[in-house]
Amino acid sequence: MSPRILGSTTKRILNQLRHDHRTVGLLVIVPILLLTLLYFMFKNEALLPGQPSTFDRIGLIMLGVFPFVIMFLITSIAMLRERTTGTLERLLTTPMGKLDLLFAYGIAFGIAAAIQASIAAGVAYWLFDLDTAGSTSLVILIAIANAVLGVALGLFCSAFARTEFQAVQFMPIVVIPQFLLCGLFVARDQMAGWLQAISDALPMSYAVEALQQVGAHADATDTLWRDLGIVVGCVVVALTLAAATLRRRSP
Amino acid sequence: METAIEVRNLVVERGKRRVLHGLTCSIPRGSVTGLLGPSGSGKTTLMRAIVGVQIVKSGVVTVLGEPAGTPRLRHKIGYLTQSPSVYADLTVRENARYFASLYKGITPADADNAVEMVGLGDAANQLVATLSGGQRARASLACTLVSRPEVLILDEPTVGQDPVLRDELWHQFRAMAAAGTTLLVSSHVMDEASRCDRLLLIREGALIADDTPDLVRASAGTNDLDAAFLHLIRTMEKTGVAS
Repeated sequence: MSPRILGSTTKRILNQLRHDHRTVGLLVIVPILLLTLLYFMFKNEALLPGQPSTFDRIGLIMLGVFPFVIMFLITSIAMLRERTTGTLERLLTTPMGKLDLLFAYGIAFGIAAAIQASIAAGVAYWLFDLDTAGSTSLVILIAIANAVLGVALGLFCSAFARTEFQAVQFMPIVVIPQFLLCGLFVARDQMAGWLQAISDALPMSYAVEALQQVGAHADATDTLWRDLGIVVGCVVVALTLAAATLRRRSP
Repeated sequence: METAIEVRNLVVERGKRRVLHGLTCSIPRGSVTGLLGPSGSGKTTLMRAIVGVQIVKSGVVTVLGEPAGTPRLRHKIGYLTQSPSVYADLTVRENARYFASLYKGITPADADNAVEMVGLGDAANQLVATLSGGQRARASLACTLVSRPEVLILDEPTVGQDPVLRDELWHQFRAMAAAGTTLLVSSHVMDEASRCDRLLLIREGALIADDTPDLVRASAGTNDLDAAFLHLIRTMEKTGVAS
């Protein structure tokens, strides 16, 4: 890896994003719109005294889920484009290392996700009075880690798609099972044993648990740091697998 | 003359089809070699093997004394793919500067020079997506020339360019060769063949001529390169060997 190539590649990816005004707009606005929808869905719910609102529970988790889903989609399409337009093959004939490219995507889209998550969190906390025991910055940190996980999985999955049609189909495969089993719909300890085992193997379960820790505790707990560590570990595994799919020689 | 590229008994299979059948040739340093042949004859496959991105079945490809595809060669070899491989959502200048940044010691000013060299100075700040096909191909060429490689592998660099620009590009190729760069240029335009120091003609994955343009013409007994190639192909079909 070379810091010079890593830096210039990160800048190149951000430049591409910057030229695409509509995508930048969507990145910022879509999470806000969905949070607004969520807020009004639960606005009139009847709460018993002391019962936390559903928006506090779900809105918090959505702050971590949106960046994951969106960055997964954007990355798998961006990487697929690198493959289909021949720029990937060209890059692999230059002194660039495979990890330079993969880490550059992780950093560039991680920066985009940081901006996105900060704005979404800002709206959730100040406009919609989201209430968590822990700090907003921890929520944003977990959201960024989750976004980078989306990037890493997107880089890996794009190797198995030849067209954009195929690439978008990976979204339901990768995202929806994780979403259903992450503990949002059914608490993980109330699932059947085999479902719990699957849930334990899916990285988003840990990101969601980390967010729930922020929701319930004023200070960062050990569970939170362990969960965050697991998410980062999954990022490393996914990037390693993605590197294995980049071949300098092809048939 | 010193050899820059050496290909020995190169066999390449793509899928079940054998694309190159034990091809052998050598390309001298500081020269322009034309690679000619009909579409599907194996030109691109041979170029990819020299660049080191092609999985080969057997045979040896050596570039500047090292096996093709070794990491050290990546600093010294430039490859222009047949279809332009540049980022459509960046400007011409951003593309050239990005590819410049991948090489040690190549500056943004070098990138701007390369853009000028291919005649895109006026379009430097335009997004590649808004360029014509010919301009896009030149943007891609600028990104290949930017690192000033010792060996340039150019797959149809002048396709779709107007005659004046083609002439200018060929003058630059000649100037680079005079300065010691080795160029392998594929083309199917015969008037470009006469601008090369040497010609390689391949057909159906086999070499049928490896000579200077003059000698190719002389061996066929005609002044017209087109007719000379036709003659060589016919002779080979009759006898089964290259004349």
